Amino acid sequence: MNTAPAIELKGITKRFGKVVANDGIDLSINKGEILALLGENGSGKTTLMNMLAGIYQPDGGQIYADGRPVQITSPKEAFLYGIGMIHQHYKLVEVFTAAQNIILGLDEGKLDIKATNAKVKTICDRYGFDINPTQKVYDMSISQKQTVEIVKVLYRGADILILDEPTAVLTPQETEKLFLILKNMRKDGKAIVIITHKLNEVMEVSDRVAVLLKGKYIGDVPTVETTPEKLTNMMIGHAVTLNINRPTYEHPFPKLVVKGLTCIDNEGVKKLDDVSFTAMGGEILGVAGISGSGQRELLESINGLYPATGSVSFIKDDDTSVELLGKTPMQIRQTGVGMAFVPEDRLGMGLVGSMGMTDNMMLRSWKSGTGLFVDRKKPENLAKRIWKDLDVVTPGTDFAVRRLSGGNIQKVLVGREIAGLPAVLTTAYAVRGLDINSSYLIYNLLTEQKMRGVAVVFIGEDLDVLLELCDRILVLCSGQVSGIVNAHSTTKEEVGCYMTSVGGKEGGR
Amino acid sequence: MSTEGKMPFVRLAKRDSMAPKEVWLIRAGSILLALLLGCIPILLAGSNPFVAYGVIIKGSLGRSTYIKQTVKTAVPLLGCALAIAPCFKMKFWNIGAEGQITMGAIASTYFALFWYDKVPSVLLLIIMAVAGAVAGGIWGVIPAFFKAKWNTNETLFTLMMNYIAIGLVSWLQGGPWEGRPGSQIIPTFKPQACLPKVLGIHCGWIIVLVLVFLMHLYMNKTKQGYEIAVIGDSYNTARYAGMNVGWIMMRTMLISGAISGLVGFIFVSGANNTLYNGVASGVGFTAITVAWLSQLNAFAMVFISMILAILSKGSNTLQSLMKVPASISDIVTGILLFCMLGCEFFINYQLIFQKKKEADV
Repeated sequence: MNTAPAIELKGITKRFGKVVANDGIDLSINKGEILALLGENGSGKTTLMNMLAGIYQPDGGQIYADGRPVQITSPKEAFLYGIGMIHQHYKLVEVFTAAQNIILGLDEGKLDIKATNAKVKTICDRYGFDINPTQKVYDMSISQKQTVEIVKVLYRGADILILDEPTAVLTPQETEKLFLILKNMRKDGKAIVIITHKLNEVMEVSDRVAVLLKGKYIGDVPTVETTPEKLTNMMIGHAVTLNINRPTYEHPFPKLVVKGLTCIDNEGVKKLDDVSFTAMGGEILGVAGISGSGQRELLESINGLYPATGSVSFIKDDDTSVELLGKTPMQIRQTGVGMAFVPEDRLGMGLVGSMGMTDNMMLRSWKSGTGLFVDRKKPENLAKRIWKDLDVVTPGTDFAVRRLSGGNIQKVLVGREIAGLPAVLTTAYAVRGLDINSSYLIYNLLTEQKMRGVAVVFIGEDLDVLLELCDRILVLCSGQVSGIVNAHSTTKEEVGCYMTSVGGKEGGR
Repeated sequence: MSTEGKMPFVRLAKRDSMAPKEVWLIRAGSILLALLLGCIPILLAGSNPFVAYGVIIKGSLGRSTYIKQTVKTAVPLLGCALAIAPCFKMKFWNIGAEGQITMGAIASTYFALFWYDKVPSVLLLIIMAVAGAVAGGIWGVIPAFFKAKWNTNETLFTLMMNYIAIGLVSWLQGGPWEGRPGSQIIPTFKPQACLPKVLGIHCGWIIVLVLVFLMHLYMNKTKQGYEIAVIGDSYNTARYAGMNVGWIMMRTMLISGAISGLVGFIFVSGANNTLYNGVASGVGFTAITVAWLSQLNAFAMVFISMILAILSKGSNTLQSLMKVPASISDIVTGILLFCMLGCEFFINYQLIFQKKKEADV
């Protein structure tokens, strides 16, 4: 748009162990411009910006500030180049006032809180921030806390502001206000980067969009020259064939009927909003959606681990139904309906990391039998069977599962859940972090269950997998069902549109 | 070009695993190191450390009366360590054993003072033991209830409860239970209310040894023990498995408090034959050391509590014979704890030294 780039990245690469988070990325950030950095979760947006903010150092490539090569080794140094980042999780001292938080860590000689308050006030007035410098942080709303973080960065003289998903926690009105402020700052000649995966916001506020996909730089376009549709395609990439075996089950039948499921979290945010669908026996129902769209809450509420309203009824073989909502996990187990759940957090919820396979098998059977003592014999046999059948690489059934590789941990978890001969099998990100072979093993296990007549719910993040593994795909968008499509006939683009807006309308046509 | 020039010289990496043999070697080594480091304060106090260690051993195990006194010191330590083991396994930081002991002691004392002529001795002792366990259990459940209901901080809560219990004894001592007016002392128990001696030591030692086996069984073989272990590792996994975490917390604290209360009973009925406000004498805290050093293993607690008792008894002798302050035992215990906990770090992590590479670019 105008003048030379404030920051230029050339060939930036960052690895975490074997994972390449950023792969040879070139990007320029200009003064007086709002740049949207767009990409799915895990595409490497935050990692890239963290390198600008001095939190990570790149493994390869070079950063230029005002045309000079620089090394940014700490957030403090980032400020030397005028770079300030507002992170997703605010780091404020609750019992301090706004102004006290703003000057925290600054060495300005003698502390003159009055002068600070005045200076904070000036910044606020200049851009239209609505905070009181002497208000304590614990009295503030989330959006006010965010404002404090932004002012903190401006106070330190930042000209390049990076905001990591700034609207994730804001109401629509607050988002409007934030965008107004961002535009004011742009007028003032600041360079602004917002990390996001919300297309409508990109269209509304940005001047230019840069897209990342799986750590790679896809390209950038001026916002006026693009459409949400084109951006979606850039964001999800081309379809890849995976050759996942997908036999069909002759007559799928309703197994789990979910009606009007609604969840509200501690902070009053609606995580699920009137979600209704039917999971069929003999079918894999995929759940797609940008992460944080309510996937976790969906499975946890079905399994009695998250408070929700609405109804979740399990259809028995004799066509009578059992209501599961409002029951504890133990009560659900006692109804004998056969719910299996492979949670996202394998060691934090599905397994006990410090225990061996045998004791982990007991998580499902510890209560069985009368008397005071646990029965370790049956779980041990089960552990041995899974060890052999699924080729779990472990020295023995008493070896702490925490020390196994990700693939083997998942084999233990999925193996146990399947061993209970469930009628409904719900899984969250079942192949996340797994290598190719383990992933296919899991796909096959799930398909096997489907052919047994089990209703499988598969929350996934890789659209290619969802398209080839599932029979139907339910798409969640900000806690709402934005569409349910036939996985055999849909396209990646269609699912992508549903992911970014309810009904796929704004992003679709 | 690389920016790796700022890599630290030493960094930590988590170990994958370690052979059990090596683990025990490291632990044994750390005890040795602690004893060596313990020489320093002894030297500073102006004694020959080897002679001093000899005196400690002789002074605690040299004669049968010494052994009896040492065992008498070890008994409440062991009992109380057994009590807090399940809480710590659950990562419920109960540092209120001191108060739970005291409450148990108060309840036992009530029956010792006012029922001694009403029931036969055996029955009286049983009533006292049960009363002690119940009172200690209730004292333990209160913080667990608040934690389960409102997620209060159990560490602070249990700690504060200690002072309430101790204050209660002070009031009883100077008020309703005062013996001779103005003495501020609760009268000595009648013989009916005192634990009989077995092999010259009050039979509390038998009670705690039985508890060792029971606690070992409880922690490793029962459903409840399994629940405790799961909660200790992951709260969410416990919920996932259908466990009622709040209820289990309260139940575990009831058991823990009850055992502490029983220790309180052993204190008043076996060791002191009366009640005073220092009745728990810090055992509730020292037992935390015992529990940690034994890695919550019930059998290891027998040895660790004996070691600490030997140190404490032996250093009293050290003080009278060699004019080395008895607090040496506390110092050595502290060093021991430091080394043994420190060695866990080396069991879980390894140090990787950065090879000399080309320096900063």
